[in-house]
Amino acid sequence: MSLLRIEDLSVTYRTSEGDVPAVRGVSLEVEAGTSLGVAGESGSGKSTLAGTVLRLTPKTAAVTGRVLLDDEDVLSMSFGRLRAVRWSSASIVFQGALHSLNPLQRVGRQIGEPIRLHDPTLTRRGVDRRVGGLLSDVGLSARLAQSYPHQLSGGQKQRVMIAMALGCGPQLIVADEPTTALDVMVQAQVLDLLTALVRDLGVGLVVISHDLSVLATTCDRVAVMYAGRVVEQGRAEDVLHRARHPYTRALSAAFPTIGDPAARFAPRGLPGDPPWPGDLPSGCPFHPRCAEAEDRCRTEDVRLRSAPDVPGQQAACVHVGAPGREVAP
Amino acid sequence: MSSTQEAALASADHPTPRRYAGGGLGTYVVRRVLSAAATMLFVLVFNFFLFRLLPGDPISLYTRGRNMDQEQLRELRRELDQPMLTQFVDYLTNPFSSGVDSTQFSRPVWDVIGDYVWPTVILLSTATILSAVIGIAIGIRGGWSRGGTFDRVSTGTSLTLYAMPEFWLGMVLLILLSTGVGPLPGMFPSGGTITPGVDKWSLDGILDQLWHLFLPALTLTLAYLAEYALVMRSSLVDELRQDYLTTARAKGMREKLVRRRHAVPNALLPTVTLVFLNIGFVVSGAITVETVYSWPGLGLLSYQAIRGPDIPLLQAIFLLFSISVVVANLVADVVVAAVDPRVRA
Amino acid sequence: MTPDAGPAGVPAAAVRSPRALRRARQRASVRRFWATYRRQRAGMAGLALLGLFLVAALAAPLLFSADELEVTKATGEVLAPPSKGYPLGTDEAGRSVLALVVWGTRVSLLVGVAATVISMTIGTLVGIGSGHFGGWAGGILERLTDWFLVIPFLPLAIVLATVLGSSLLNIIVVIGVTSWPGTARLVRAQTLAVESRPYLERARVLGGGHWHQMTRHVLPNVMPLVLANTTLTVAIAILSETTLSFLGLGDPFRVSWGSMLDNAFAAGAISAGAWWYLLPPGLCVVAVVLAFTLVGRALENVLDPGRR
Repeated sequence: MSLLRIEDLSVTYRTSEGDVPAVRGVSLEVEAGTSLGVAGESGSGKSTLAGTVLRLTPKTAAVTGRVLLDDEDVLSMSFGRLRAVRWSSASIVFQGALHSLNPLQRVGRQIGEPIRLHDPTLTRRGVDRRVGGLLSDVGLSARLAQSYPHQLSGGQKQRVMIAMALGCGPQLIVADEPTTALDVMVQAQVLDLLTALVRDLGVGLVVISHDLSVLATTCDRVAVMYAGRVVEQGRAEDVLHRARHPYTRALSAAFPTIGDPAARFAPRGLPGDPPWPGDLPSGCPFHPRCAEAEDRCRTEDVRLRSAPDVPGQQAACVHVGAPGREVAP
Repeated sequence: MSSTQEAALASADHPTPRRYAGGGLGTYVVRRVLSAAATMLFVLVFNFFLFRLLPGDPISLYTRGRNMDQEQLRELRRELDQPMLTQFVDYLTNPFSSGVDSTQFSRPVWDVIGDYVWPTVILLSTATILSAVIGIAIGIRGGWSRGGTFDRVSTGTSLTLYAMPEFWLGMVLLILLSTGVGPLPGMFPSGGTITPGVDKWSLDGILDQLWHLFLPALTLTLAYLAEYALVMRSSLVDELRQDYLTTARAKGMREKLVRRRHAVPNALLPTVTLVFLNIGFVVSGAITVETVYSWPGLGLLSYQAIRGPDIPLLQAIFLLFSISVVVANLVADVVVAAVDPRVRA
Repeated sequence: MTPDAGPAGVPAAAVRSPRALRRARQRASVRRFWATYRRQRAGMAGLALLGLFLVAALAAPLLFSADELEVTKATGEVLAPPSKGYPLGTDEAGRSVLALVVWGTRVSLLVGVAATVISMTIGTLVGIGSGHFGGWAGGILERLTDWFLVIPFLPLAIVLATVLGSSLLNIIVVIGVTSWPGTARLVRAQTLAVESRPYLERARVLGGGHWHQMTRHVLPNVMPLVLANTTLTVAIAILSETTLSFLGLGDPFRVSWGSMLDNAFAAGAISAGAWWYLLPPGLCVVAVVLAFTLVGRALENVLDPGRR
């Protein structure tokens, strides 16, 4: 039984300039004790996806599909049930570098906030002890609870976000760009921390990042998003080193593995920009930038197809698998 | 990686910060007080030279439009003939010394001012408190229901009130509610603090004074609350865009609680600061509104001083107003520092 | 690639000089700006209202002869309510209130705009200067701005106006000289923000002197904000002029809305119930100030889309 199952999720923002489909028919699965990476550039819909796990999309967004958390659909829950589920069943590690922390409140108070919300019977001392424990779990001194966000470094803030996410003992953690804006050494620490959590606590982890190499080292499986769709998914190693979709290949070449001779010969860089979600190309959304595009790519929209030789790997490209053997998303 | 290794790395990453709570605020307040003292000095210097360096014979400046008797003129000439430096030092050591008497009242200027202070304090404190409380409440409600009917109506009304000269508003209110136009009864007094002959401290007297206070206080309250409502609203709207509210919601917090615990307190900060920083404009409002209502306060005194012109009195009033603004700004700085930890760093 | 083609195959004839390119870009951005502004209903209403007042100001002598302002030539009854010949009634000298109000538009607009020009010039210069120059010079300018901000506006204006004497020019100077600190502070903050951007550092390294940096880089980035602030400054300047005229410090030889209110007050219009004398000048002030404020807010919205 999967911890998280997203079924045919679509999120469309209604703006004054028309409807903008940020996520178009995405299906994913995460098991307890495993980690899934979601890769993609900005505009691919990955952050929107993260928000839907806790139904955090704005009111102007139209959401269809199902997001099953422990077999309960988050999207159709009552508000009361939703508020109970938020943070206690699943939590989100927001990007620490942004203003995800209230600048006028001490960090300890913010970490303790969900704990107090979900268990009002705890005493102040009890909450403080828990907060101290969480801080040391993520490798920070318990005294940091008295600091304000602006007094912390980027790495410290990110750890605080992780500590905060662990507060109510969730079964699933979604980390939205946990390493962006951090320098490489600190990145490694944060990633190791997340890996340790999955291993020691048995939580399910979803990591969202534009950096494919980050995901490859941390996650068991990786899904690559482009223009609101999953265009490739499979085991992390397969997706990174034996990518089937031209976009994935270009993405992994953009983050070459130092010391890997094959990386030196991979195609470098990708001309053009990701498509604006409100103005998608016809057929396969990647065809304007694809080096292997054919005529039919302009007219045929492709869904995920199984790679014939690698079990569990799928790519949404006409060059993968045989026509007619399309896998239902 | 074991947790001990992680802890070691963490402390290498960034040293644990000191507790800023107590020490930081103290040093910050001291810095601001010193800065305010420097500003006060500037005000004194400015005030001194303003009247001496402007074009024209200083004597005529002091005596313009007024017939002073020979004794006063001689006294004045004696004082102004002293070397500038001596005058300056004298002034700095005691800016509140009488120096020259008020030309209109023929009494020391600070005595005159002392007689007129209280009515102004009463009027301004009433208006400031009411306008701040009501304005902020309106701003919060409007900012939260952004685009809704309440928001549009209150913003439109606030903009219109803000565009009104407060003395004109006073005159309109007077003509509507004191003189009475058309169907509206003239039920409010047309000026002064109290009906002549009524004992100030009796119950009737107090009610009578409140009755007299009503229209001028209403005028100033309406004039000021507009700005507070507008600033509070826009500050709240800006705050609602922030990411930390999403974090709060994700934790399972009810929307009302998100508002009360995170958005509003953070948005309140700029508005409260503004209330203090606005003292300068509050003072300006007092001058014209007291004139319209014949309210015997410093504002009316200023008006009379202008009409004189009574330069010594004007100089003293100017000094008093400037000092109040410096003090108010200092209070604003301290309040902000007490609430916003980023400022103290 | 042949030597006479432009970048990536564009024919040589189509490659324009840098100046032409820049002008084309500026024209395009102005068009975009206007298109966005046009969608602000309040802003358009404000502009329309301003246009109306501008026309009234310019057409004043055509609508009412200057004689109507002369106290000695007044022919109406004293403080009479609106009637056929006098749509807004008469003042205490028998002059037509409508004529006075229309002519008053000129002074209010003139003083408002002229004082703002002075205030914006000083404010922008001091603001950019204090933001750009570090150390000694910048520190002094910054201190000066802060100190002047502390001095309450109206008392200072009163003092200056009393001492300088009441004339149109003096009023303009007084208002201009007392309202620059607000702009200066705003411009300084914006200058600091602009200067922290990396491309300015590059400009310096490439040898751009102070003047070049300030005019070519800082100023264009600061101007949009200054523009939005200008309209709001005009609004405040007009309110200030009205207040100063009401207090008797305006030009005694010219009719302004503030002086009308001063006369009305002195003539006891309130107790006489002469609402036709009190309402029009004040309403005009409200309308003009509101119009400038709406335009200013619309400009701010165009420049910072997050607010919309």
